[in-house]
Amino acid sequence: MANQGPAYYSPYPAATYEGIITPPEGKALLLEEVVDEEVAMREIAKQMLTQDNATIFPGPQVLYGWSEEATKKATLIKEMAEVLGAQMIPMYDYRPKYPKIDAEVEINPNHPNLTIWHNNIKAAIFIGVHCHYANVALKIIRSETDCWTVGMCSLSGHEDAMATIRDQHVEDVEKFIAIAKEVKKELGL
Amino acid sequence: MSKITDMTKTHNWSGQKLVSTDHLLFEAPRTKHFMTGSEVLKEAVKRCTVDASVSYPITPQSEAAHLIGELWAEGYVGTYFRGENEFGVMSEVAGCSMAGARTITTTSGPGTLRAMENFAMWSGTRAPMQLCLMARGINSPLTIQPDNLEVQYLLETGMQIWYAENVQELFDMSIAAFTVAEKPDVHVPIVTVVDGFFVSHTREAVMLPEDDIALFPYDPYKAPLPPIDSEMPPGRFLRDPFVMKSNYISYATHASWQWEVRSAVERSRPYAEHYLKGLVHVTGTEDAEIAFIACGTAANQAKEAERELAKLGVKTKVIKLRTIRPFPEKELLAALEGVKHAFVPEFNVVGWLANEVRHTLYGKCDTNIVAGPKVAGGMSMPAEAIIQEVMEIVNPGKGA
Repeated sequence: MANQGPAYYSPYPAATYEGIITPPEGKALLLEEVVDEEVAMREIAKQMLTQDNATIFPGPQVLYGWSEEATKKATLIKEMAEVLGAQMIPMYDYRPKYPKIDAEVEINPNHPNLTIWHNNIKAAIFIGVHCHYANVALKIIRSETDCWTVGMCSLSGHEDAMATIRDQHVEDVEKFIAIAKEVKKELGL
Repeated sequence: MSKITDMTKTHNWSGQKLVSTDHLLFEAPRTKHFMTGSEVLKEAVKRCTVDASVSYPITPQSEAAHLIGELWAEGYVGTYFRGENEFGVMSEVAGCSMAGARTITTTSGPGTLRAMENFAMWSGTRAPMQLCLMARGINSPLTIQPDNLEVQYLLETGMQIWYAENVQELFDMSIAAFTVAEKPDVHVPIVTVVDGFFVSHTREAVMLPEDDIALFPYDPYKAPLPPIDSEMPPGRFLRDPFVMKSNYISYATHASWQWEVRSAVERSRPYAEHYLKGLVHVTGTEDAEIAFIACGTAANQAKEAERELAKLGVKTKVIKLRTIRPFPEKELLAALEGVKHAFVPEFNVVGWLANEVRHTLYGKCDTNIVAGPKVAGGMSMPAEAIIQEVMEIVNPGKGA
């Protein structure tokens, strides 16, 4: 992510146009810096634990039990939400919601800002959302809100999030939960 | 016949051992062959575990599509069929690719423009198909020679565009192209361009690995979006233009979507850097004050001019662009350090590459960009024409 916060009403600039791309294997992206995964995980935990109305947005890849990994991850995400004290608002699918989304209970990649505005969400984790839709949503969120976004990705990551960790599988989510517990303790929460 | 056996973890349906792209490109032993560009494309496709190919063999044409058809008959390509026309072909390629098939087609010239609407649609659907463009011009009267104007029309479609100089590069690029296009954070179509006739129809020496090895199959479960349906963008927007045109939500989605497609092309840089061993290749004298910026066979002619100019005591270098999208701005700027005049030799009347170079470098470097020499209609570009252009600058009024 290149510039945090509102970028007028246009998604421009996309982070890639400022030379920021997905982190290399084994690394994470924290704002504009490529960092060790653990450094990013600690900052993500801190943001989620300290910002108002922190929320996890689970996507179809973890909402539906299409694989053993998806099932395990879904269980871990519930634990993650408890540790972070975060609410969960699902992204069931990618269809634009007409005539109006119920922003209290659902988020959609085509108008994610509506859910973030409605719930006054200041930090959020995207997990289990297909990369393209996560990226479309993250660009809109960057331009329209001041939400501190996280892309927790099983593939290559998301440079338009404020922080992104890549290749996140079951053991990595477990690692993040352990780190979040440590950070929570350090913060005295 | 389309498949000889079932796919296993170690072998594909034609019995070829599955290997990594790095092994296929950089490690496997190679032997020398003498082939045309069309034949070489067949050899590349043979080693790529290609699921589908669609063609519309218009005349005049390269033999490439026909030869890929032979691969289907030999059991190396999963499915192969002919479309009704170029528009149909590119639509069917989209269907195959979106369905999770590694897909390739080839076209050139007017056929490219007939299918034009599809290319921007391809990018928007984030499908990783490969188009091998054997460029040959678009205007009347027709030409089978490399008047490569159609490339200009593809520049802003959101696809990756790589440009090969010769049959060897075509072989290697076509293999690397699938790999880069299918990376989850890239996952946009790729165009591998060669100059028609000069490369497609001309026989050259080429080093090939054995044909008993091939790339691992494409894994559509690593795609950045699930298969589309008519209710999910882009499907919804494709079928529902009134919603697309009248709704603020659609504006935001469309804007973000387009930046995302272009971002995906930007993310291809490190992968292309690895598999192409650089987005530009520089040859000649490192500290030369005169450079040539070229792609395709124009780079080959520029290299000839560089050698001849060296004999005249004029130091030059050739900066060959291997990717046009993404455009190698950083690499070009580095290569132009200390260069006073840069010539952009091209095979078309427009000078689209010179336009790209000027647009990209505007305000960023002091090099005088000379849009030329230009030939057109598929005319060859003798090194003498390039030398003359240079000498007009180096030795004004006196020529070479």
